Amino acid sequence: MKSSEAYVEEPLLGGTQTFGSISSSVSKIAEQKVGPLWYAAITASGSLTLLLFVSIGYLVWEGVGIWGLNNPVSWGWAIINFVFWVGIGHAGTLISAILFLLRQKWRTSINRFAEAMTLFAVSCALIFPGIHVGRMWVAYYLFPLPNQMSMWPNFRSPLLWDVFAVGTYFTVSLLFWYVGLIPDLATMRDRAKTKLRKFVLGIFSVGWRGGNRQWKHYELAYLILAGVSTPLVLSVHSVVATDFAVSILPGWHTTIFPPYFVAGAIFSGFAMVMTLAIIVRKIFHVEDLITVRHLERMNKIMLLTGMMVGYAYSMEFFIAWYSGNIYEQFVFINRATGPYAWAYWTMITCNVVVPQLFWFKKLRNHIVVMFIASILINVGMWFERFVIVVSSLANDFLPSSWDYYSPTFWDISTFVGSFGLFFTLFLLFVRFVPIIAMSEVKGVLPEADPHHGAHHAEKGGAHE
Amino acid sequence: MSSSAIHGVLARYEDPASLIHAAEKVRDAGYKNFDCHSPFPIHGMDDAMGLKRSPMGWIVGAMAITGGTIGLALQWWTSTIDYPIIISGKPHFSFQAYIFVTFALAVLFSAIGASIGMLMVNRLPRLHHPVFYSDSFKKASDDGFFISVLSDDPKFDKAETGNFLRSIGGNDIEVLEG
Repeated sequence: MKSSEAYVEEPLLGGTQTFGSISSSVSKIAEQKVGPLWYAAITASGSLTLLLFVSIGYLVWEGVGIWGLNNPVSWGWAIINFVFWVGIGHAGTLISAILFLLRQKWRTSINRFAEAMTLFAVSCALIFPGIHVGRMWVAYYLFPLPNQMSMWPNFRSPLLWDVFAVGTYFTVSLLFWYVGLIPDLATMRDRAKTKLRKFVLGIFSVGWRGGNRQWKHYELAYLILAGVSTPLVLSVHSVVATDFAVSILPGWHTTIFPPYFVAGAIFSGFAMVMTLAIIVRKIFHVEDLITVRHLERMNKIMLLTGMMVGYAYSMEFFIAWYSGNIYEQFVFINRATGPYAWAYWTMITCNVVVPQLFWFKKLRNHIVVMFIASILINVGMWFERFVIVVSSLANDFLPSSWDYYSPTFWDISTFVGSFGLFFTLFLLFVRFVPIIAMSEVKGVLPEADPHHGAHHAEKGGAHE
Repeated sequence: MSSSAIHGVLARYEDPASLIHAAEKVRDAGYKNFDCHSPFPIHGMDDAMGLKRSPMGWIVGAMAITGGTIGLALQWWTSTIDYPIIISGKPHFSFQAYIFVTFALAVLFSAIGASIGMLMVNRLPRLHHPVFYSDSFKKASDDGFFISVLSDDPKFDKAETGNFLRSIGGNDIEVLEG
């Protein structure tokens, strides 16, 4: 990095960090006795998870009629929630894979729990297509399994691609996460005091010895995993978008959908990472590892992706006018002024207006501001999917078939319950697994560079 | 196990720089079966140890081709041989629509190849290894840097190897026995 010698990079981490301090401050979180706060939190989220299971149970018993679906709006909250949760997952993969390929060292403090968030969000997402098929005992029709009708799924349909997209996405995210965990589990294994911990961590750390003969393969495998995850994550939400885009419904039938959905997914995912990061660093006192500098960079990405989403909203309007298609024009004017205008303007406020706060360095570095903004952005992104799904279906070509859609108790309980599942899994994760990738954070400390001593006089935070 | 077989020698180094310099000297001294343990990968260590490039790329490449082939073959066979059916007037083999599933299976197989392959190339899971006889080796996953030379190395000699590791900056020389 000769060209940047004049530029002294700000150190990423706060306080005085050593390799040992990173091991202990991260491992400690999963080793210590958990406080009453954790029990209170998991009681609340566990109760909501039960609500989810009750809602699903009642759905199996009674059928999809318990939801607010009606004749034009035959795709309601289930698909909205599916797209919402899959979208949230995307930030985890972006942080772990794309930022890794771009050599963004600041990702190391947040990638572990962002990846965990991906897994849990995709788990929540997978529930919805599974249960919304109505007869979920034949959900295996989705897979190319030999069956009694000797028929195969229609491989020309994006809905079928979606099965492969999300299934692959979950598996790849799980493998990527676990491979990243192995050295850290070894750290925890070596710190373990009780027999049970030694045994369990010993098994999950697969006997990792941290030898360079292992690191050599490990690093290349990790690079490859990042390399294959990158096109995968971009394709997953593109496929989700084609579920809509290949239909002939005005408001769905647009070529901008795949990139627009991907940008929106990253936008909402970063907002969720932000919400979780702020809570985690506060509760577990890792403010020196997840610093305001990390959060500020995430805010910049949210500003960027928020602008991309805003661009997509305006481009949809422009194309509706420019195409001269009256149905398309009606749909967009109806979105902004029709029966769902309240949802549309909630979406615009949260997704386009709120991120503009991040133009200001002061607000970008202000924890309370970014916490509130991150929650508002996720609200806005949920409403984006609501607007897309519901407003297009409710007011289609023929006014005589129009109807107003509103959710029932069971729609709401299933959605709220999915948050319960998400937070339960996340709480279990922070309880048992190192929430920060220790080996990676150690690797970006200036001391980790074997030429550290030689360059020390030249620049403060020697990197590479 | 017999009470005290000697499996190798372990030496601790202070920091990544001294580990990498020591690795070069161990390599130049002609040792083959040695390893440098660190809590994170150290850049330049492969050269310092004289290691060849990892074959992971070839493994994953083969897996990707396998996955992609299976994906495309599955769609081709089901739609043209096993149950040909015309859907929305498209040809039986509508390859344009089959690209995504082909791609997804290629990625899935690559990821499995990268993770399982990495473990297999590393001979993991292996829960038992001579270096674990050392208690101080626990530091290798925390903030310790170690070189281990195993006894099946042709140049290995309990006393001489230990002295050599000390002479190139090693501390706490330990004989791995158990």
